[in-house]
Amino acid sequence: MSLVTIFFAIVAMFLVIQSMPGDPVQTLAAEISRTENLEMDLAYAKAKAQLNYDPDVPVLQRLGTYLGGILRGNLGNSLAYRQPVVNLVLGALPWTLLVLSISLTLSFTVGVIAGIFIAWQRKRWLNGLLNLWQSIFGSIPDYIIAYLLIFLFAVTLGWLPSRGPYSAQVTPGFNAAFIGNVLRHAVLPVMAYFLTTVANWTIGMRANALGVLGEDYVAYAAARGLSRRRILVHYVGRNSILPMITSLAISFGFMFGGSPLIENLFMYPGVGYYLNQAISRRDYPLMQGMYFIMIVVVVLSGLLAEWLYAVLNPRLRER
Amino acid sequence: MNNRQNDRLAGVKAFFSVIWRNPMSRAGFIILLVFLLMAVFGPMVIPPLKSDYANRLQGPSAAHWLGTDLAGKDTLLQLILGSRDVLLVAAYAGLFAVLIAAVIGIVAGLNGGWVDRILMLFTDVVLTMPSFPVTMILSMIVRITDPLVFGLVLGLWSWAGLAKAIRSQVLGLKHREFIEASRIMGISKLNIILYDVLPNLVSYIAVNFISIMKGAITSSVGLMILGLVPFQGNHWGVMIQVAISQTGALLGSASMVYFLAPVICLMLFQLGSYFFASGLDEALNPRLRS
Repeated sequence: MSLVTIFFAIVAMFLVIQSMPGDPVQTLAAEISRTENLEMDLAYAKAKAQLNYDPDVPVLQRLGTYLGGILRGNLGNSLAYRQPVVNLVLGALPWTLLVLSISLTLSFTVGVIAGIFIAWQRKRWLNGLLNLWQSIFGSIPDYIIAYLLIFLFAVTLGWLPSRGPYSAQVTPGFNAAFIGNVLRHAVLPVMAYFLTTVANWTIGMRANALGVLGEDYVAYAAARGLSRRRILVHYVGRNSILPMITSLAISFGFMFGGSPLIENLFMYPGVGYYLNQAISRRDYPLMQGMYFIMIVVVVLSGLLAEWLYAVLNPRLRER
Repeated sequence: MNNRQNDRLAGVKAFFSVIWRNPMSRAGFIILLVFLLMAVFGPMVIPPLKSDYANRLQGPSAAHWLGTDLAGKDTLLQLILGSRDVLLVAAYAGLFAVLIAAVIGIVAGLNGGWVDRILMLFTDVVLTMPSFPVTMILSMIVRITDPLVFGLVLGLWSWAGLAKAIRSQVLGLKHREFIEASRIMGISKLNIILYDVLPNLVSYIAVNFISIMKGAITSSVGLMILGLVPFQGNHWGVMIQVAISQTGALLGSASMVYFLAPVICLMLFQLGSYFFASGLDEALNPRLRS
């Protein structure tokens, strides 16, 4: 089923991108004839060969070629970067996944724990604090938060770097200096995502936990004299976390979709950053490649959430 | 007919009293009303916007309450002028999205069978592609010149979640007695949809309309910051984009006010929508009422 969805999504994306105005071959041909002093039609043929793309062929046939290429792991060549799109995609994906997975894990964990705590405490001021937080951070778009974070921590205080994935001084590889540097660079983007999403998890978890706390088995567990910790973790936590799992995939997809803005602001070379580059430079193959990986990752995250749900839900476990 | 009108009037009255009783939706309602008045009447009553290069990038003063931008134009006047397009773009986007979602959701839910399957596959495909990046590309294909087109582009990819929700609501309604009764009485499908199904969904759709509007504002400003929308006219997004890219608000110059003013307006508007929508949800949804 998800393969069918991926297939149709790729076709839809291909057709949409193909209908963009402007002819990439024409653009490249003009550039080639200028730099290499070639006749226009010679340059045109060369451009067609370089791009592996022919605008004179009907769209359906081009679609077929493209889909065939995907099956063989070939996403075409980037116009702007002059290298295979696959390499760019594989280079960009880890950065986006790094930032998104840290942010999502952090906001989910903090939100779930805070949600249970607030539901358990039933304190008025805690609820008020949560509402205040959500009112502020739920109303400002994450990219504006990111902007203010850069202003505060990078420009004014100078504590944290605001650009790129790591400094030029460190050598990429498996060493402490590099890993530390990468993490330092990831702090601000992660914070931008974290601050804007954590309250959603807290509010959802609080609502679920309040429902579960009213159940008879919780009262029974308390009557049996089980420790508060045990009740909260094993009885309330496990049961109220389940409905949240399905939202994980949706939230991940949403954050992925917002990555062009955040990554652009931090000059962070992830999928969103390259997508933005591709659009502003009219680099069609790169655009398609970044879209392709976005669709695949979003669908996979949905499957992952389903699997996680099944693992955590004792009712779905095989006997 | 007169009777029906009276019923409607009473319905509207009841609706507003419900909104007014809930403190959250009351606050949201007031905030949104202020912005609405600002957008409708503001541009009529303010003096014309003039460039004044002698007084560029000034801080707040008596003459310019919120300072001026890099061409010496008054920030407050720009905010008021911009509110109209901000609201228009968001409202159009919400309208288009709700319209598509309602048609697809109701048709799929009522018909079932292969119609349902195809429409839901289509919806799933749309859901699979993250909306902001798609909107980025759409904004390159369509030449965005006015709020209507901008709203259409933004609405085109934000209906899928609502369509699924409406479909499941319709599925729940479908076998309730009053709809079965209409069907047995041989009332046409269109009439069933208009008089039996839609009224039951109105509150749900209203809440979603506001949250789609909220999302549309976020993405419209985002697209402007990325410089993908050559939007002619006044819009808070244009102000933010100019502040970031041309006046160096990031470096903490006097233009920080010019950057913060639209951001705070944006935030207040989003806050108003959030309050209004969640209060509305609470007021209209008996399960959430405390």
